Amino acid sequence: MDQIALLVAATMNAGTVLAIAGLGLLINERSGIVNLGAEGMMLVAAIAGFATGVHTGNDWIAFAAGMGAGALMAAAFGALVIWLNTNQYATGLALSLFGVGFSAFVGITYTRERLSERPKFEIPGLADIPFVGPAFFKHHPMVYIAIVLTVALAWFLYRSRGGLVLRAVGESPESAHALGYPVRRIRLAAVMAGGALCGLAGAYISVIYTPLWVEGMVAGKGWIALALTTFATWRPARVLAGAYLFGGVTMLQFALQGAGVQVPSQFLTMLPYVATIVVLVLISRNATWIRVNMPASLGRPFFPGS
Amino acid sequence: MTHDKRSVLRLAGWSVLAAAAALAGCGKKEEAKPAAQAPAPAASPAAAPKPEPLKIAFAYVGPVGDGGWTFAHDNGRKAIEKEFGDKVVTSFVEKVPESADAERVFRDMVSQGNKLIFGTTFGYMEPMLKVAADHKDVKFEHATGYKQAENMRTYDSRTYEGAHLAGIIAGGMTKANTLGVVGSIPIPEVIRNINSFTLGAQSVNPKVKVKVVWVNEWFNPPKETEAAQSLLNGGADILFQNTDSSAVLQTAEKAGKYAFGWDSDMTSYGPKAHLASAIINWGPYYIKATRDALEGKWTGNSGTWWGVKEGAIDIVSISDKVPADLKDKVEKAKAGLKDGSYVIWKGPVVDNAGKEVLKKDEVADDKWLGGINFYVKGVEGKVPTGK
Repeated sequence: MDQIALLVAATMNAGTVLAIAGLGLLINERSGIVNLGAEGMMLVAAIAGFATGVHTGNDWIAFAAGMGAGALMAAAFGALVIWLNTNQYATGLALSLFGVGFSAFVGITYTRERLSERPKFEIPGLADIPFVGPAFFKHHPMVYIAIVLTVALAWFLYRSRGGLVLRAVGESPESAHALGYPVRRIRLAAVMAGGALCGLAGAYISVIYTPLWVEGMVAGKGWIALALTTFATWRPARVLAGAYLFGGVTMLQFALQGAGVQVPSQFLTMLPYVATIVVLVLISRNATWIRVNMPASLGRPFFPGS
Repeated sequence: MTHDKRSVLRLAGWSVLAAAAALAGCGKKEEAKPAAQAPAPAASPAAAPKPEPLKIAFAYVGPVGDGGWTFAHDNGRKAIEKEFGDKVVTSFVEKVPESADAERVFRDMVSQGNKLIFGTTFGYMEPMLKVAADHKDVKFEHATGYKQAENMRTYDSRTYEGAHLAGIIAGGMTKANTLGVVGSIPIPEVIRNINSFTLGAQSVNPKVKVKVVWVNEWFNPPKETEAAQSLLNGGADILFQNTDSSAVLQTAEKAGKYAFGWDSDMTSYGPKAHLASAIINWGPYYIKATRDALEGKWTGNSGTWWGVKEGAIDIVSISDKVPADLKDKVEKAKAGLKDGSYVIWKGPVVDNAGKEVLKKDEVADDKWLGGINFYVKGVEGKVPTGK
């Protein structure tokens, strides 16, 4: 029982990184922009967060630095993709590659640095309840922030005017433009918000999850977050559930190995991507399903003049 | 596109080209990338009146900043520079993947005039063999492999000796009698390390159990963290690793448990959790290989496997938390390994299915050690099949 509680806790922790990044990507994909640079943004934010943590000793300033770094990179991406109408996929990949190299370069002097002792968190009182306590109430605040973010984003998208405008831009930028909305500026805001959240996830990895800096330490979580957003058909609650699922698969695999059960780890590594492909196949079965589940203008450039 | 946009893009294009040219001019190091890219040439001073310095190149599987495996190799490279001064010129390429891309990197090193090339991971075996066949005048040294050629030889370090010494400490310090190992890739070298660690722990604490979790990569800090966390969740109170970063030690530090440094001294990454570091000192072998090459004594088709005796393996920075009598046992074992009186792999040894793999007083030879594919008794689970 104890082991299952710890597994639940570990799953939530592992899923938090994916959830925050996935929610960020959801925002910009809802506006119609695909930002494949998630991995690069997370890496640059990771080194930004780690370096800031080393110099200031304050985790929250480090998170802010990560968000800033992510937003900045996203802004550069946005300028290219929204105003110069470069191909979104190619530009996103370029951003990713740039982020990988740039973070490694900047991080050279930080590989031997350490952060101060990482704090332990638990909600007093609730953490002592058997099973439920260690499973749900002994987490870093970021885990709870991810959940709050999911709820807030769902409310924003479906119950607020701003969310409606965002979704409209994502479904049909031409119509939104005809109605007088500043489509390109809305898209830029969405892209930067997405970048900020990816940055937060990246900073969380280097400051709390694995508190060290080594180049490439995000190790593919950015790509998984991209797959996750698609797997979740662009809905916040599904993003959170999918994040816990993907995170849980890894932790479950290790727990099974430790218990002596052999499942080929390569199989479990490919599971998130296979699941995403399955979902894509399912939602693409007919035109109606596609329209219902995917932002219609996803990946297509918008020319206000034409 | 409008006329303005085109000229803006043209200006941007020329600036990028200019910047790239400027960057390519400086910098000795190059990053290996999967996409085809023109490599930045390594700076090499030409020594005109003196004999040409020997050009030596290293291929690393990870980043020098990993603080573990690759860091140790790079320290060995620096030892060569210190020993031979201007008789040699060394360079390295880091993060070379264990795939066909490695072949491209080795060919590139040959074309840049390197005459002694070191490949520091098992997965470079086939690419090196191919390139060696095409360039008989270049000497190739392959770490942890087993295929050789006239101009290619292998070298390795007896990391299992370091693992064994760490095991002694772990066995004596554990209170839960459960140890956890984060394994990298299930090749004989790593399985042998896990077994040697277990044998060491059992030598001071026969009740100890060892759990193993495989990450299936040499280097992946987040995954190593998750693997370490799952071992701690499963009841282990001391962790050991065969992966290349300090993530496992850091996870133990966060949880208030103990762990070891691996390949390099990792004390600074987890000062409270760190019990000792089992390190590899590639310096002595690299200096010998370079000397062989400089003096014309280098021959292929051979393998070198150095350990504590030759100064290639050591256990360092043993924490003050380790009681004096346990430290003593470790020192005695180390001295015994140095003079040959202490043998780790001597029968009777039983695997964890109950089969006797070494009879009483039978001593395992290097060939036997090179093919270990079972767990000794005390290790839970089965060895994963296939890579």
